[in-house]
Amino acid sequence: MPAAPAAGIRTKGRIQRMHSVLGDRKSVAILLGPALLVYSLVMLLPMLWSLGYTFFTGSVISGFTWAGTANFSKLLDDPALPGALWFTVKYAVVITVGQVLVGYLLSLLYVFFLRRAGSIVRTLVFFPVILPTVAVALLFQKFFEFAPQTGPVNAAIEAFGGTGIDWFSTPGNAFFVVALMDIWRSMGFYAVLLYAGLLDIPDEVMEAASIDGASTWRLIRSIIVPLSLPVLVSSLVFSINGTLKAFDSIYALTGGGPGSATTPLTLYMYQTSFAYGDYGYGSTIALTLTALCLLVTVFIFRGTRRDTGLG
Amino acid sequence: MASVFKPKNLLAAAGVVALALSTAACGGGGDDSASGGSSAKNFSFLAINENTTIASTLTTLSQKECATQNTAQPLDIKKQAQASLDQQLQLLAGQGALPQLFTAANAPSLTSQLADNGTVLDAAAVSTGVQPAASSVIKALYDGKQLVLPTELNIEGIWYNKKLLADNGITTPPATWDDLVAAFAKLQAAGVQPISAAGKGGDGWGVTRWVGNYILRQQGPDALKKVADGQAKLTDPQYVAGADAIAALGKAGYFGKSPTSIDYATALNTFLTGKAAFIYMGSWALSDFNDESKNKIGADNVGFLKFPTVAGGAGTADQTPANVGTAIAISKKAYENDTNTQAWVKCIVDNYGTVALRDSSQITGFKTDAAVEVPALTKQIQDEIAGVQTSVLWFEAYFSAKATTVSQGNGGLLGGGQLTGEKFMQTVTSNLS
Repeated sequence: MPAAPAAGIRTKGRIQRMHSVLGDRKSVAILLGPALLVYSLVMLLPMLWSLGYTFFTGSVISGFTWAGTANFSKLLDDPALPGALWFTVKYAVVITVGQVLVGYLLSLLYVFFLRRAGSIVRTLVFFPVILPTVAVALLFQKFFEFAPQTGPVNAAIEAFGGTGIDWFSTPGNAFFVVALMDIWRSMGFYAVLLYAGLLDIPDEVMEAASIDGASTWRLIRSIIVPLSLPVLVSSLVFSINGTLKAFDSIYALTGGGPGSATTPLTLYMYQTSFAYGDYGYGSTIALTLTALCLLVTVFIFRGTRRDTGLG
Repeated sequence: MASVFKPKNLLAAAGVVALALSTAACGGGGDDSASGGSSAKNFSFLAINENTTIASTLTTLSQKECATQNTAQPLDIKKQAQASLDQQLQLLAGQGALPQLFTAANAPSLTSQLADNGTVLDAAAVSTGVQPAASSVIKALYDGKQLVLPTELNIEGIWYNKKLLADNGITTPPATWDDLVAAFAKLQAAGVQPISAAGKGGDGWGVTRWVGNYILRQQGPDALKKVADGQAKLTDPQYVAGADAIAALGKAGYFGKSPTSIDYATALNTFLTGKAAFIYMGSWALSDFNDESKNKIGADNVGFLKFPTVAGGAGTADQTPANVGTAIAISKKAYENDTNTQAWVKCIVDNYGTVALRDSSQITGFKTDAAVEVPALTKQIQDEIAGVQTSVLWFEAYFSAKATTVSQGNGGLLGGGQLTGEKFMQTVTSNLS
């Protein structure tokens, strides 16, 4: 058995060498340096640059002039901003709740009712996640079309004696289609994420509870929900993260319309900077979005800390 | 191998990677036209999807009249959606990567800005073949400068389906606003869609043109200039009345089922397949009106009506909305140092008018060969254009890029009756600054 001690010595030696390497400032700098440099160049620098723009007005064409805090006072007077801010928050809350709730229900379905055929259903439900957003948006546009052709949804409404709805011409209806599309598009992802969490719940606990006569509802309320709370919170964090920054699905589906009724901060920022050529004010809107994200992040972290404290 | 991992080498390698990444991120589009001094490889043109005439005319030119120039610098056409054209131009201009020739911005203010910045060529020197009428329209638009080449010279008005009107007992084309609205009501009652109008996203100009013209007929030809000069506001009652008149048409359903769902191509197609009686359109659509594969109602069946007078209004029907529609601008940097590009532009100025008129029935602001035979409808419009005494501009002509986008984005809602005239004018005004 001479191999074992030799291998042990080799491993020990490797660990020692690693310690000496990681203890050396120079090697740490060499290892981290390139990544830090690239990160600084492509992330930090543009962010600081954008922050700098908030004090200027103009664009790359007209040139930039110092504006002081004019952009910030404009922010307070801008009649379009409250609408965009409200839409962003409304969208984030509705979609986050929708995504996680539907995902959770699906994952419960996978675990309790579809143990055998689960993989096929899981695949089908997951499919929209990997479809390109623009393709899904076009699909929904056609699906809810009112004119010149009547889409399947309106055709169905008319078949049942109702009158077709012009889905994209009123803010409420347009928001409904946006929400429906985004929940449909991402529920598969959250279902898989939460399914993985549910699989971690020990079968023994469930069995014991069943033997004690607990109903399905009781099982869900007293065992499954508390034990899957950490993964549920992670899902909420993931979801709110993505929905506050939503851009592509809304841009492709409604273009922010009708009028500006479905324009979130991201789209408003993009239009202001690139279509209206006002980089300074666009950056100020971006800063507003950053502040909003920071607020939500702080809120979530405080909330989760309390969670783990209780657990 | 050991030598490769020396700190110095690693740092150098990291530096190279970072440099490569940063230049890839910040550098221009790598368009060959951006390089000054030497001649560019291609003669690039940025077209818009909504206008096929310019691209096809340039292609024809490259094969025949400008074949020599095309050999020296082959034509390369790139396409862009009209709604995002202004944005694309700003980005390209910011990177110094504008192609030699590009569709002029939707908002004239942007083209002016590009010219102030030294990016767009003042084409006065190369415009020897441009008709005075076109020059005056261009100069009215760009503060006395000839910033674009007039690939179109249009008048705008209301086109109607003669047969549909006759079938519904409307024997004389309506000459006043009241007659026109009465005709709409009659058609609507008979189950015919009175007006075909686009109002989807940026295509909302299909509705806002009605607003602008109504205001001009009621307040006189300088009504919109007054707003630009700060002497009046769009939210003033007399201006709101104009928007309200159009909102009333929308409320009555005269613009069709859902203007917000209809894009430009669909609106035109609705008219050309006989499903709507009227359409507000510019004479650039003559190429479609004369195209048998698109026009199912027949070119003889299409009538042209000047935007009618409004009772008690200060404007007259002779004050014709005229413009150069989709015009093309030249990149100053690309033009000045490149003799091949200069030769191309000269060839376009000399030949574009004749080829566009011959092949697409497109009336341009260039001089044309008198021998070209044109269809009757085109001839009628040519005569109309020749007879224009006073020309007026469209609703958004003096607006900023932002106000233009907002106005056109809300046009569909106005045409659908979902927005009141007052709300529309307020929304536009709040974005005018």
